[in-house]
Amino acid sequence: MFGESSFGGILRRDLLLAFRRGSDVLNPLFFFMMTTSLVPLATGPSASQLALIAPGIIWITALLATLLTLDGMFKDDFADGSLFQIILSPQPLWLLVLAKVLAHWLVAGLPITLVAPLLALMLALPDAGYVPMVIGLAIGTACFSMVGAVGAALTVALQRGGVLLSLIVMPLYFPVLIFGASAVHRAVEGQDYYPVLALLGAFFTFALLTAPFAAAAALKVGING
Amino acid sequence: MASAPLLEIQAIAFERDDRTLFSDVSVCLAAGEIMQVSGPNGCGKTTLLHILATLKPPAHGQMLWRGDDIRADRFGYLADIAFIGHQPGLKLALSARENLIWCARLHGLPVSGKIDMALDRAGLSHCKDVPCSTLSAGQLRRVALAVLHLREALLWLLDEPLTALDHEGISELEAMFRSHLGEGGIIVFSSHQALSLAGVRNLPLTEYAASLN
Repeated sequence: MFGESSFGGILRRDLLLAFRRGSDVLNPLFFFMMTTSLVPLATGPSASQLALIAPGIIWITALLATLLTLDGMFKDDFADGSLFQIILSPQPLWLLVLAKVLAHWLVAGLPITLVAPLLALMLALPDAGYVPMVIGLAIGTACFSMVGAVGAALTVALQRGGVLLSLIVMPLYFPVLIFGASAVHRAVEGQDYYPVLALLGAFFTFALLTAPFAAAAALKVGING
Repeated sequence: MASAPLLEIQAIAFERDDRTLFSDVSVCLAAGEIMQVSGPNGCGKTTLLHILATLKPPAHGQMLWRGDDIRADRFGYLADIAFIGHQPGLKLALSARENLIWCARLHGLPVSGKIDMALDRAGLSHCKDVPCSTLSAGQLRRVALAVLHLREALLWLLDEPLTALDHEGISELEAMFRSHLGEGGIIVFSSHQALSLAGVRNLPLTEYAASLN
């Protein structure tokens, strides 16, 4: 469809690079699985207790795993000079940023979403929670990637921008975390969870409409330190 | 010879941390002209090239391309220029061919036999499909320069293009420059080395440096 376009070109290159290196996919995934596995070890294996905290644990570790990968979203391209080539391509920069964000979600967010049900099983999440958890994580991790792109763009030229990046991005992740985890809680308690997922969807739409433009503007400032 | 200038640089100045790096740089370049930006380290050669490539805004002054302000039609200008910076913009995990395919897609060019042609002309016919991480610094520079064969841009902005090239590479680059100028192209490059090319205009940036106080 857009394989020959600049959008498709960036998407394909980023996916190919992630596939070649492997660590881009495996690092966040292992972090997600390892930290979640630590919880039963620390709190004890009581199923009723784990079920209570499972939604929160999964959402928090998914957030942190995504945060871990944000720093490199533009920084690798900045270090080897290809970011300049992207900025100098005669296309709207927000579209190319969107390609990078999509690639980031496919590499980090999607695997986390797909592996989450396994970890939920380990944390004894009641059956009713699975569907809202997977839907919520799919939307939520996409929000993490989009909002994170703005922070990654602002800190692209900073040597140690990791902490600053977390400080910029974390407050913007709060609504996603609140709505995402509460959708699972409500489903487990037998309440209607659609309104909460709808709010998450609204946040996603808002991020989709603003984040690529904000990140593109931030990149133009960010490259000059 | 007296053709209308394609690129007009009008009184460009750049400030960093309230210090003026250079000011009042004014140059006109017509088709077939080549200019070397020279000066000691830190005098702003890279900055000037970044300004010409629209990566940085100048503090003062403006640039005209074909008589119009660059900012009026930035995409039109970008389609006409090829910028190669200090870092050549290559992914080491990808092969030379994959890097060029990406570059072609980025600029909306068809991915066709031109990729092979560009790599052949850059003298890389024997290492098109090995990862760039196995290539030497000089070979990487050649991959970056192969982009110039691919793009067919009018204005080349090259930051230190001679870095890491061997004697053969430099004379090949000079031949590339000659044919590009012959086709009516314009080249602006920064370097400490002098090229054995006739008619290279010199822009010594130190002469535009503001006096420190």
